[in-house]
Amino acid sequence: MVHFSNKNIPQISTQLTFSDVVNSWKARWGINRMSYILTPGLYAVGNPDSNSPVLVTANYKLTVDTLRKELQDLNAWILVLDTKGINVWCAAAKGTFATNELVNRIAEVKLAEVVSHKSIIVPQLGAVGISAHEVLKDSGFKVTYGPVRAKDIKEFINAGMKATKEMRTVQFNMIDRLVLTPLELTAAIKPSIIVLLLLFLLNFIGIKHFGIKDLYAYLGALIAGCVLTPVLLPWIPGRAFAFKGWLLGLIMASLFLPGENLLHDLGYLLVFPAMSAFYAMNFTGASTYTSFSGVIKEMQYAVPSIILSICVGVIIL
Amino acid sequence: MKNKYLKNVSTLKYMPDKCVGCGMCVNVCPHRVFDIKGSKAEIIDKDSCMECGACAKNCPAGAIEVKTGVGCAYAIIMGKLMGTEPTCDCSNGKSGKCC
Ligand code: SF4
Ligand code: SF4
Repeated sequence: MVHFSNKNIPQISTQLTFSDVVNSWKARWGINRMSYILTPGLYAVGNPDSNSPVLVTANYKLTVDTLRKELQDLNAWILVLDTKGINVWCAAAKGTFATNELVNRIAEVKLAEVVSHKSIIVPQLGAVGISAHEVLKDSGFKVTYGPVRAKDIKEFINAGMKATKEMRTVQFNMIDRLVLTPLELTAAIKPSIIVLLLLFLLNFIGIKHFGIKDLYAYLGALIAGCVLTPVLLPWIPGRAFAFKGWLLGLIMASLFLPGENLLHDLGYLLVFPAMSAFYAMNFTGASTYTSFSGVIKEMQYAVPSIILSICVGVIIL
Repeated sequence: MKNKYLKNVSTLKYMPDKCVGCGMCVNVCPHRVFDIKGSKAEIIDKDSCMECGACAKNCPAGAIEVKTGVGCAYAIIMGKLMGTEPTCDCSNGKSGKCC
């Protein structure tokens, strides 16, 4: 995706190749995520000159991919910050996509000698880590916040660097949520192994007898918490993620009820919906609208309830 | 359909006295919490605030305060277990907000 032109400034292509697409798919499933790092610095798209706009971004390859494929037929400079291979929003929250890094990078690539204007476009979500007035004070460059999504960047530039309210708003629609579910599932592998080992242990010492039916019920709970809750999120009643997960988990568990005796069924209804609730609660981190204070409040109620429900349920199972 | 999280939890504080009406908070907020009414900013949807801190960081007048943090249960659990501040630890491969 990068090659060198005459002026010794690396050139970025706006075409995604087949391997780019495969890589982004792998990253979604959590395979080798950390190896998608780009060297920080200044890159060219098209044939930019001293009047061309400067777009700031992170050095996570998938972030750069999303940006560059929107820049066809555009001449622009791309200033890639060193965010340790993490996307703009998260890097901004972690403090790597930051005022300091931006000011230093502007100096290092001698941006003032490359362009004749004093304006840079920073993605809006980078504002979490960047203070526009401090960048102006320290570097002389004026930050204009671009749209949240790269797909709006052309329209933004063509409208004279103006973003509509839509462009300024983070969304979290069904597709956004759906593409996150593979990661939720891979993240659930570790806890799942622990659960299965515990079941095996209980079987082994002969206290309980867990069979293939229980495994199906567990998988049902997993799907309810990691896939169905994220996908159906806004339509499930309630606001807390754990509650939403519990509700779907309850429906799911009732499909798997063994129906042999009441106590056993009750055990199912205590254990599996609580597991769904736990997995759903973990989706708060992937969502784009939960606050720290909100999650703390949710956890105050959810964590003790989940633990209690699972413990009681396992005992009576 | 709009996603809505818990009500009345945000730590967002806005001091209209200091506001110079530059509109930066409106520009940076990803959830349209602020709007400009007349010559000053106004909070129009506090419950949508996710405490990202972008508005406070970019308010040149220091008119906004918010306690920022990650809205991620996994990070908070890990923080509690390790006895550290909860952070988006991307290396675990979780979280879409993060990576
Ligand atoms: S903290 Fe973030 S979400 Fe809350 S008002 Fe400020 S910019 Fe908006
Ligand atoms: S950023 Fe600060 S000064 Fe500017 S409008 Fe918002 S509150 Fe007022």
